[in-house]
Amino acid sequence: MSDNLAKASRHVSFLRGRERWKSAEIAFWLTLVGVYFVFPSSLVFASQILITGLFALSLDMILGYAGIVTLGHAAFFGIGAYTAGLMAAHGWHDPFLGLLVAGVTAGIAGYLCSFLLSKGGDLTRLMITLGIGLLLYEVVNSATKYTGGVDGLQGVEIGKLFGVFGFDLYGKTAYIYVLIISFLLFVFTRSMMNSPYGLALRSIRENQTRALAIGIPISACLTNIYSIAAVIAGIAGALLTQTTQFVGIDVLSFQRSADLLLILIIGGTATMYGGFVGAVVFLLAQNWLSNLNPQYWQFFLGILLIVMTLYLRGGILGGFSRLVNLFRHWRNKEHS
Amino acid sequence: MNAILQTRDLWKAFGGLIVTKNVNLSLAPGARHALIGPNGAGKTTLINQLTGVLRPSSGSVWLDGEEITRIPANERVCRGLSRTFQINTLFPQLTPLEAVTNAICVRERTRLNILKRRFFRVSRRSAVIDEAYALLEQLNLAQDCLVETHTLAYGKQRLLEMALALATKPKVLLLDEPAAGVPEGESDELFEVLNTLPKEISILLIEHDMNLVFNFADRITVLVNGEELVTGTPSEIVEDPRVREVYLGKGH
Ligand SMILES: Nc1ncnc2c1ncn2[C@@H]1O[C@H](COP(=O)(O)OP(=O)(O)OP(=O)(O)O)[C@@H](O)[C@H]1O
Ligand SMILES: [Mg+2]
Repeated sequence: MSDNLAKASRHVSFLRGRERWKSAEIAFWLTLVGVYFVFPSSLVFASQILITGLFALSLDMILGYAGIVTLGHAAFFGIGAYTAGLMAAHGWHDPFLGLLVAGVTAGIAGYLCSFLLSKGGDLTRLMITLGIGLLLYEVVNSATKYTGGVDGLQGVEIGKLFGVFGFDLYGKTAYIYVLIISFLLFVFTRSMMNSPYGLALRSIRENQTRALAIGIPISACLTNIYSIAAVIAGIAGALLTQTTQFVGIDVLSFQRSADLLLILIIGGTATMYGGFVGAVVFLLAQNWLSNLNPQYWQFFLGILLIVMTLYLRGGILGGFSRLVNLFRHWRNKEHS
Repeated sequence: MNAILQTRDLWKAFGGLIVTKNVNLSLAPGARHALIGPNGAGKTTLINQLTGVLRPSSGSVWLDGEEITRIPANERVCRGLSRTFQINTLFPQLTPLEAVTNAICVRERTRLNILKRRFFRVSRRSAVIDEAYALLEQLNLAQDCLVETHTLAYGKQRLLEMALALATKPKVLLLDEPAAGVPEGESDELFEVLNTLPKEISILLIEHDMNLVFNFADRITVLVNGEELVTGTPSEIVEDPRVREVYLGKGH
């Protein structure tokens, strides 16, 4: 075994090093566990941040890794949220069943939409996804009888987890539930992005012409990743429904899609953690600044966006990794 | 006919502009075939039709005895038809090692089950990575294979173009001006590699530098205004008065 390791050539260990779990990653997840104990009174908010992070992760799969731009990703979040809500309101109270059906439903929707996106450039994709989002919002808005329209879906009753752990007012159960589901889906996504399939996706993002010329079936790959991302977005939506026991029509709003894009870009695309980091920064800042004065938030967001685009390409995580590199460089100099 | 690659009455028009006019090209197995012609003759457009990037207006393309005119571009690669681009068409933010590993993984994908392809790390496929490294070494890219492609010198990027095409293990290799933009004298490295490729790979080469063409090719086709002017051995081409006219402009 150690013989094998010693023999592993430099280039193999190079790739292996990139794919290994870093200590910062482990620290990240342990911190999320720590939140449960340190901020017991903020767990409802913390769950929402996590859900948004998971939702942003699903956007990262298609935007960051596969390079598909979208302004309508909330469609799948909303489909998941309403599916879970309608199930719970009509007698299917089991949370896991809700997640499963919500994910599958959103995935089917994603699969169907993906055919509209497999051809065409960025602008076409922006318009089509925007159109799908608006369309769905209006459909749900008009179907008042089933969805409650703008008043939201009432009567969502979620059963106990495994029939044992009920959802409490402080959001304790909810936080653990969201954390575990998020982590599992993160591990799923992470291994997919580090696989040959993930490499092929990144190469499509980098250059479609060349990807085609080495034999990658581009449309099939994009259809596929779009559906998977929709599944995860749908599960995130279902988590929101289940932990708040309510579905508001804003789950489908354009604002949600646009905010999500900002969150991912602020956090950093194609980094796996950009979505989570972006969600923490975005939602905390939003919460804090809107409490001071509602106008501050828009103002601050405007400045942040401009500064980010001009000076911090790659978002917070991109900037952070550059800092780390600078530090390493500097330390190497000191040593020699 | 046992041609490995063939076009039959290939015709392509962009609106009123005819860029491929009844081209009947035929590549024998193991060929070192050069395609030459003035700028805008339609050489790249022809390659694009062979590889499936462009649909011909009429006529057909045959690979190893099978018609491939309507087969998608990626499927043609799997069947052994591979190309390089006149203008660098690479993955800027991937390292050459990742890029070539990617191409090999795509080629070998049917040998892996979906679970391994989707969820096992790339680094677990050390045989593939070793193969990628060996190929990069063959193309003098071993030193540069762990940095992002966009940081490579232009000449190195030209070599990577070749590496990516070779990684698909082609039966037929289409090279669209592999030395384009490389300063004169520095293309030796590239052509040295070309000359070491085994005869199992049949090659169609587009190139403007006549010295390189005559050193490399055993057969030459001259394309002018989308039309095949003449095909023959290098000495036949040198002797041909029509070719001289096109190249030296000896009108009337
Ligand atoms: N997509 C297109 N639409 C319209 N015209 C095109 C298109 N692609 C190429 N052409 C035209 O077809 C002609 C042939 O172009 P092509 O690129 O095949 O020439 P070439 O022989 O490769 O030239 P070069 O030696 O400069 O590379 C040119 O006149 C070009 O302008
Ligand atoms: Mg050309």
